[in-house]
Amino acid sequence: MKIYQVAYKNLLRKKVRTGLTLLGIALSAWVLVSLFGFNRGYERALNRDIDNMGFQVLVTAKGCPYEAATLMLKGGTGLRYMNDSIVVDVLKHPEVEKITPMLMAAIFDPNKGESGGISAFLGVDPATYPAMKSYLKFTQGAWFADPDATEAVLGYEAAELEQREIGDKLLIPEKNVELRVVGVLSRTGTQDDGTIFVPLRTIQKVFEQEGKLTAIGIKVKKEANITLVEQKLYDLPDVQVVSLAQVKETIMSLISTAKMMVFSIALIAILIAMLGVVNTILMSVFERFQEIGIIKSIGAMPWDVFKLIWVETIILCLLGGGLGIGFSFILSKITETLVRSLLPYTPTGSLVVISSGLGLLTMAMVLGIGIISGLYPAWRAARVRPLESIRREGE
Amino acid sequence: MNCQEWALEATGITKIYRRGSEDIPALDGISLKIRRGEFVSFVGPSGSGKTTLINILGCLDNATSGSLSLCGKTIFTERQRLSEADLTRIRRSVFGYIFQKFYLLPTLTVLENVVLPFTFFKKAGADKDPLEILRSLGLDKRTNHLPGQLSGGEMQRVAIARALVNNPDILLADEPTGNLDSKRSQEIGEVLRRLNENEGLTVLLVTHNPALARLAGRTIELRDGRIQGGASPEPPDSGANLRECS
Repeated sequence: MKIYQVAYKNLLRKKVRTGLTLLGIALSAWVLVSLFGFNRGYERALNRDIDNMGFQVLVTAKGCPYEAATLMLKGGTGLRYMNDSIVVDVLKHPEVEKITPMLMAAIFDPNKGESGGISAFLGVDPATYPAMKSYLKFTQGAWFADPDATEAVLGYEAAELEQREIGDKLLIPEKNVELRVVGVLSRTGTQDDGTIFVPLRTIQKVFEQEGKLTAIGIKVKKEANITLVEQKLYDLPDVQVVSLAQVKETIMSLISTAKMMVFSIALIAILIAMLGVVNTILMSVFERFQEIGIIKSIGAMPWDVFKLIWVETIILCLLGGGLGIGFSFILSKITETLVRSLLPYTPTGSLVVISSGLGLLTMAMVLGIGIISGLYPAWRAARVRPLESIRREGE
Repeated sequence: MNCQEWALEATGITKIYRRGSEDIPALDGISLKIRRGEFVSFVGPSGSGKTTLINILGCLDNATSGSLSLCGKTIFTERQRLSEADLTRIRRSVFGYIFQKFYLLPTLTVLENVVLPFTFFKKAGADKDPLEILRSLGLDKRTNHLPGQLSGGEMQRVAIARALVNNPDILLADEPTGNLDSKRSQEIGEVLRRLNENEGLTVLLVTHNPALARLAGRTIELRDGRIQGGASPEPPDSGANLRECS
C-alpha cells in the first residue's frame, strides 16, 4: 500500500469533518478564482470601454481648437489646418494601429436660435470614423457610405436643435448646399451630441479646404506606450498632440487601488482556509495519537509519519481546491450577475473572466496552502513517541 | 539481525522516573537472558515494573542505566541513550508488537492492516505471504472485512498478523488479552504458544492472566522493580525451540 492510499483512507474516517473542511477549502478556492477572475475581467472590460472611446491621441494643427466649446467661444474662428499628407507621416509610426482624418468647419447661422448661432460641421471619413467610434449608436438611420455624398448624420442634441429627422434637408448657411439627413445618433454625453457629421471630402469641397485637415484621431496599438508615441508625434512640424492617455492612467490607478483590496480579501480567504486545514488535521493528529505511536512501533520513521500527515493535508487541499475551481467555472455567470447587482457602475462585456490558466494558478495556491498548513500538524505527529501512546493506553 | 544463542541479554537495567524533584525508581538493576526461541511471560502486580521492563527490552524506551544486547549485538551500554530514529531502526528489524488495544486502522481492510508495515519498511527476508499468515491465524475468510466487522479476538489476531508480517525475531505481547473474555484470551494464548512451538519465534509476554502465563516455558515475576527470587533470570539449558533468525 502506498502512503497516499493510507492517507486517503484516513481522511474517510471522519467523513463529516473531512467534508466540512473540503467545503471550506472549496469555498476559499471559489472566492480566490472569482476574485482573480473579476479582477482580470473588470480591468479588461474597462480597458475595452476606454478603447471604445475611439482614438486615444488627437493630432491637430498648432493652435487649432479641438473642442467644440472652444470653437464656439471663438465664434467659429481660429481654425488651423494641416495638409492631409501628414496622414502618411503619422502612419509611418509602427505603434499607430489606425487613424481617422477630420476637418472641422464652423459657420454663423442667422436662423439658429433667436439671434443666430454657430453651426459646427465635422467632416469625417466614412471608411475609418465609424469603425473608430464603434460605440456611437443610432436612434434613426445609419452612417453615410459615399465619401462624396451631400449627406449628414446629426448628433442627438444637434437633431433636436435643428428639429431634423432622417430624410429631412439641412442647409449649410452661406454655402447654399443642402445636406440630406441620413442618421441621428443616440445621446452620448460628449461633444458628439452637438455635432453635425458630414463626409470629409464633401466638407472639404464645400468649405474650399481640399487637401486640408484640422485633426487626425489616432488609435495606438494595445502594447504600445502612449506617452512615447505622443513624444514622437510632437516631432511632426506645426502640430499639437492632445492625449486621452491621462484619463486612462487615472482610471487605471483607481483599478490598482481596487486590485489591492481584492488581494487583501484573497489573503483573508487564504488565511481562513489555512486555519481550517490546520485545525482539522491537528485535531485528527491528537485523536490518533496512540495510533500514530503504534504506526511508529511497526516500523514508520518520524519522516514517514510526517509524510503521512502531510499527504493527508495535501489530498484535502487538492480535492477542496478542485471542487472550488469547478464551482467557479460552473457558477461564473451567477458570480457575474451578483457582482453587477452590487456595483454602481460596471463596464460592458464579461466582468468575471475565468480561464484554465487562472484555475491552475489557484490550484497551485491552494496546494501551497496545503503544504504550509500541513507542516505543523505533521511535525507534531512525527514527534509522537510510541511509548507515550502506549502509556496513554493505560490511562 | 543475526540471532546468536541469546535473543536478548540485559544487564543491570534501571529506570528512574523524575517527577518534579523526586526520583521514582521503576526498575532496579534487572539482569536477564532470554534464549532464542524461548517463550517467557512476565507477571507481577500493577506497578511492579513489568511493562517498563518490556518497553526497555523492546526498544520502546531508554533505560536510565544498564546494557542490552539483542541477538548478540550490543544495543546500548551504561547510560547510553538512543535517538528515536535509532530505536525505530532496531524495533522494525527485530520486534513485532501486540498490545492490549489492537490499533487497527478502521478504514483499512484486514489485509491492508496486515501489510501496513510494508508501507514504511520491508525487512529483508520478510517474504511470507500475508494471506498465508492470515490463513494460519484462521482469518482467511476475513481478509476484506473492516476491523469494525470483527470480534475482539479476531481483531487481536489481525494485530498479531501485522506484527508477524515483517518476520520479527522477537514478539512482544503486552497484555494482549486485556480486552478479551476468557475464551478469546485462551485462543490468543494458543496462537502465541503455536507461534513459539511451531515457528520457533521468541515470545515475551506481559500478562495478569495466570492461565496465559502458564503457557510460557518460563515465567519471570517482578515486584517493586526487581525480579523475584523464585523466578529464574536465566533460562534452563535447553527446551527452547531454536530457529534461524533473519
